[in-house]
Amino acid sequence: MTQLQKTSFKASDYRSDNTPIWCPGCGDFHVLLSITKALVELGTAPENVAVVSGIGCSSRIPAYTNCYGFHGVHGRSLPLGAGLKVARPDLTVMVMSGDGDGFSIGGNHFLHACRRNVDMTYVVMDNRVYGMTKGQPSPTTEPDWDSALSPGGTGLSPFHPLVIALASGANFVAREFSGDIKGTTRTLVEAVRHPGFSFVEILSPCVTFRPDERAWKTQIHAAPVEATDDPARAARRIMTDDGFNVGVLYRGNRKPYNTHVKDTAGDPAILEEEFEI
Amino acid sequence: MLKQLEGSVAIAETVAYCRPEVVCAYPITPQTHIVEGVGALVKSGVLSNCEFINVESEFAALSVAIGASAAGARAYTATASQGLLFMAEAVYNAAGLGLPIVMTIGNRAIGAPINIWNDHSDSMALKDAGWIQLFAESNQEAVDLHIQAFRLAEELSCPVMVCVDGFILTHAYERIDVPTQEEVDAFLPPFEPVQVLDPTEPYSIGAMVGPEAFTEVRYLGHQKQLQALHLIPEIAKVFQDVFGRETGGLVHPYRTENAETMIVALGSINGTIKDVVDAMRESGTAIGSIGVCSFRPFPLEALAKALDGAKRVIVVEKSLAPGLGGMLTSDVRMSLLRQAIPVHTVIAGLGGRPVTGVSLTAAFELAVNDQLEDVHFLDLDHAAIEHEVERSRLTRKSGPTAENILRRLGSGV
Repeated sequence: MTQLQKTSFKASDYRSDNTPIWCPGCGDFHVLLSITKALVELGTAPENVAVVSGIGCSSRIPAYTNCYGFHGVHGRSLPLGAGLKVARPDLTVMVMSGDGDGFSIGGNHFLHACRRNVDMTYVVMDNRVYGMTKGQPSPTTEPDWDSALSPGGTGLSPFHPLVIALASGANFVAREFSGDIKGTTRTLVEAVRHPGFSFVEILSPCVTFRPDERAWKTQIHAAPVEATDDPARAARRIMTDDGFNVGVLYRGNRKPYNTHVKDTAGDPAILEEEFEI
Repeated sequence: MLKQLEGSVAIAETVAYCRPEVVCAYPITPQTHIVEGVGALVKSGVLSNCEFINVESEFAALSVAIGASAAGARAYTATASQGLLFMAEAVYNAAGLGLPIVMTIGNRAIGAPINIWNDHSDSMALKDAGWIQLFAESNQEAVDLHIQAFRLAEELSCPVMVCVDGFILTHAYERIDVPTQEEVDAFLPPFEPVQVLDPTEPYSIGAMVGPEAFTEVRYLGHQKQLQALHLIPEIAKVFQDVFGRETGGLVHPYRTENAETMIVALGSINGTIKDVVDAMRESGTAIGSIGVCSFRPFPLEALAKALDGAKRVIVVEKSLAPGLGGMLTSDVRMSLLRQAIPVHTVIAGLGGRPVTGVSLTAAFELAVNDQLEDVHFLDLDHAAIEHEVERSRLTRKSGPTAENILRRLGSGV
């Protein structure tokens, strides 16, 4: 009963006892911290938050939180999250992914999740590499990045998640850097509060397979302009920036996907009734 | 040439000597080292005239291979587990179109629960897609089967999966006789596709076929597999002539003379089984084993012949058909239609659980004494099962099974 009535939380209330097995120095540690801090600011009880993921280093995150977690199959976190949200519209749904999981096998779901505009937040920890399988190029990897799986580089134009999100109808688009905990926390709070599908790309360095990404902290700078509600303007800005602008780039006004499921499952009175002795 | 190599690296090197013209690569554990190995050989120039494509998914990997094969190129890819299931639609497509793609499977369990370790659930899920499935017992056999697979696939116009136990073989360092380019060239002729892009006779592949001809197309796919039952031993014989090694073929009988108890299994577990057979033979038990190398086509006759005279058969399986028991067992029973021999199933090694000689010996001894259940789960933690069953009996909201069991194991209760 005391848990259900609690209204203020500490960051540690959102952390489970599981110790992350990320490599020391991984940017994802900071993302985890920013998420817990954002949830403190939002004041949402851990049991009212669902953290959904796919497969990959970043997708381990649900187990490190004390929220409801769902570790799905590779690339499928967005439809899982959508199913969860339409069945339980009262929950705050955060879908967590990486550039491999989210933009390769999950790429098609990304387009349609933006279109569907279900009220949830999609966080992609982008390190431009497959880390869990030990260093293969992802859709956001630079074309000349050499690896065993891409001899001499892929030669492919990198996927541009923010532009694709805009073109597909996401209602909130932002980029952050994992090392900027304050900025990331602020943006995550705003992303969760913004109605509809919010997309936040977090540049999160992989120090093991992309040691060059340690330099990101010196390359990051705040976006020189205010966020816009015009997707065409936002797209132009993103396509002409250097890839290291951070902050909120787009706040849209599209009406979120309308759920018709009656919200009774999360009613505390009904829950209490069930547990009454 | 004899080399001390990781299984994946030896497979990659051998595949390169088979001169694939298109290789599609996507990482998934425990297969990644294989395609990375091929990539490294493309980069170093050992494998030239090869388009090495890093794709966005397993579905794309096999689909690109299908496109390449349909255009007349020798195409290769490799995958495992969830990756194989993700490409399932393309797996059927390749077989239905008769495209001789060779694909390595680094056998691994299927989730949920998520598990990266070895069992045979992945290739079993696609056993009836129309592909030939060959299982390697050792890394030497894995290497040799790849060379045979290209020849088999191309002679029949039928795709072939070479199933290699994940980690147990893919990540094991062994002394392996890796063939030379000259040896492979002497055995494997250049690919001559039956379907070519011919401007004098243009056609579109992938026709819609209705009830009037669908069965016939399927029947011809079946007939191809039956043809393979003859071709597989023939190719193994030619291979032996060129390389001097007996490898491949339909089945591998081991100490089957006068055996009353016969063990049947797929893949690397046959190594442990042979050790157990040796030890039990030494203590006077009439026991032998048969490794099934060709799982599809299934060697019904060869197996019936090899099992003739046995009093009992025990099939050790690294996969489970829930609600039935063993999938290999069903096939073994099919081969014994005209022989009244009891067939037991031992489910072992699921999700990478080690299969020990001690546990296998205990199960085989039970069988020898006619005390083994029809379907036996090796080293099953009965306390964990009872605890979870009781838990779900007591409360409707009993929670997720896997997490409950892990929590209990972690707490040591």
